[in-house]
Amino acid sequence: MSNTENWGSRVGLVLAMAGNAVGLGNFLRFPVQAVQNGGGAFIIPYLVCFLLMGIPLLWVEWAMGRFGGRHGHHSTPFIMHQMDPRRALWKYIGVFGIFTNLAVAAYYCYLESWTLSYIWHSIAGTFIGQSADQVAGFFSTYVDVGVSTTGIPYEAVVFWILCLALNTWILAKGLSGGVEKVAKIGMPLLILFGVILAIRGVTLTAGENGAINDGTVGLNFLWTPDYSAMWSGKVWLAAAGQIFFTLSVGMGTIQCYASYVRKKDDIALNAMSAGWMNEFVEVVLGAAVIIPISIGYLGIDKVVELTKTGGLGLGFKTLPYLFTQWGPVLAAVAGVCWFGLLFFAGVTSSLAMGTPIMGFLKDEFGWKHKNAAWFFGGVVFLLGLPCVFWFSEGVFDEFDYWAGTVSLVVFALFEIILFAWIFGMDKGWNEINAGADIKVPVIFRYIIQYITPLFLIGVFIGSLPAIWEKMNEDVPWQVWVGRVILLSVFFITSWFVYVAYQKRRKQLDTVKP
Amino acid sequence: MNTSALILMLSSVGIVTFATAYFFFRVVTAKPKPEPDSYTDNDPV
Repeated sequence: MSNTENWGSRVGLVLAMAGNAVGLGNFLRFPVQAVQNGGGAFIIPYLVCFLLMGIPLLWVEWAMGRFGGRHGHHSTPFIMHQMDPRRALWKYIGVFGIFTNLAVAAYYCYLESWTLSYIWHSIAGTFIGQSADQVAGFFSTYVDVGVSTTGIPYEAVVFWILCLALNTWILAKGLSGGVEKVAKIGMPLLILFGVILAIRGVTLTAGENGAINDGTVGLNFLWTPDYSAMWSGKVWLAAAGQIFFTLSVGMGTIQCYASYVRKKDDIALNAMSAGWMNEFVEVVLGAAVIIPISIGYLGIDKVVELTKTGGLGLGFKTLPYLFTQWGPVLAAVAGVCWFGLLFFAGVTSSLAMGTPIMGFLKDEFGWKHKNAAWFFGGVVFLLGLPCVFWFSEGVFDEFDYWAGTVSLVVFALFEIILFAWIFGMDKGWNEINAGADIKVPVIFRYIIQYITPLFLIGVFIGSLPAIWEKMNEDVPWQVWVGRVILLSVFFITSWFVYVAYQKRRKQLDTVKP
Repeated sequence: MNTSALILMLSSVGIVTFATAYFFFRVVTAKPKPEPDSYTDNDPV
């Protein structure tokens, strides 16, 4: 077994867990969701979902991870198998915890590489003197990989490979030597960059540097509550979905990180600290950057129109242009802060995606750490090729939908059922409380057992119409290739789990007299 | 900003900031468990 790795420090573990949760969605998705779902009133269902679904799932996943680690497992197939060894089903459900990370990393590393490239372009002053349309057009040209924006052939591919190599190199350095060090540097920098931009966003003054509104106009628009939205099922579904994606639950990464914690060490307080840190980045910083700055320059109507296509356009097509209104030096500083914080948000998440796969290969097949890291990098490279070269055809979005959205809900639903109803709440509650540095309110025992599963069933059922619609829409053949690739990854991973299980059984038979 | 937006923003930001600071403070000030624990930095040299 590979339980030879350790976290360097408790703060490092909490920052790594928070980094795993904090992603690009904290800055690009949350504010857009709030704008589209009742403004300030969105925060109420959002925080309710955090309390009733987010925190319970965090505790469940931390507890599952630490339990599995005690038995030498660092990935969900055999963590889940260990929780219910009588049924063969669980280890194949646990495949989601490997499949999701491979498939999400495939497109996520590409997205992360854009931030690296945009840092470079911000410093190089590429956007200075360009019109809004030209800056927006730059992005479309950039993702059309055959066209170079800087003279580097296949620039987007070069940055993507650099980003992937960087991820792999950090993973090869190990938990405390790589992942934890990046979290300790990246999270404070991310918060610092966020604070700088938030102050700039909130203090925008109409009439200065071409701004047409004060920064507070954007805040006012974002936070003005439309209480009628609170009675809408759609708003609650959006809030639950946002909590899901922002906390990185249902992926298997939390279990993997927690599997390196010993039973006598706390998980209850760690989970709360990492979870609330993510909320701070999302609610406090995420809400104070993109919307106030965009509305400051473009006005409410234009921003509402732009948010209809999601936050990615605002982040990569609009903000770089708005930064240029501040003059060349401040534009470069703002560009480095904005894309720097997005990069740190991305890299701390993509590193987390590598660890379950590496844990699985080390535990079950005795792979060396570095070999497992480079294997992960290689597989993500191969899986990323269709996302990069068929970005415009929609393969990127397809991977995001099935692996980064639907799989999370399905897996989380299964894991809460396993934890609360099959592993059992008596054992589960003891596992959460073992070594705890805080007293977990007993009401959460019942929330985990009854409320959270009901919430998840509600989210799943609420998502079914969209899934049905997605399955029936006309898509180009490249998207079908993407779907076949995703299915293949799931089945190949399941086959690996089967082989690993047979290997374990043979070893047990050999040990028996 | 209108009053309801201001109240909602300040209360949400306040709650989230307080909870983040409180739990992180608890993590930083918690006494380490006896060795062997999960963290290598505090191991005796």
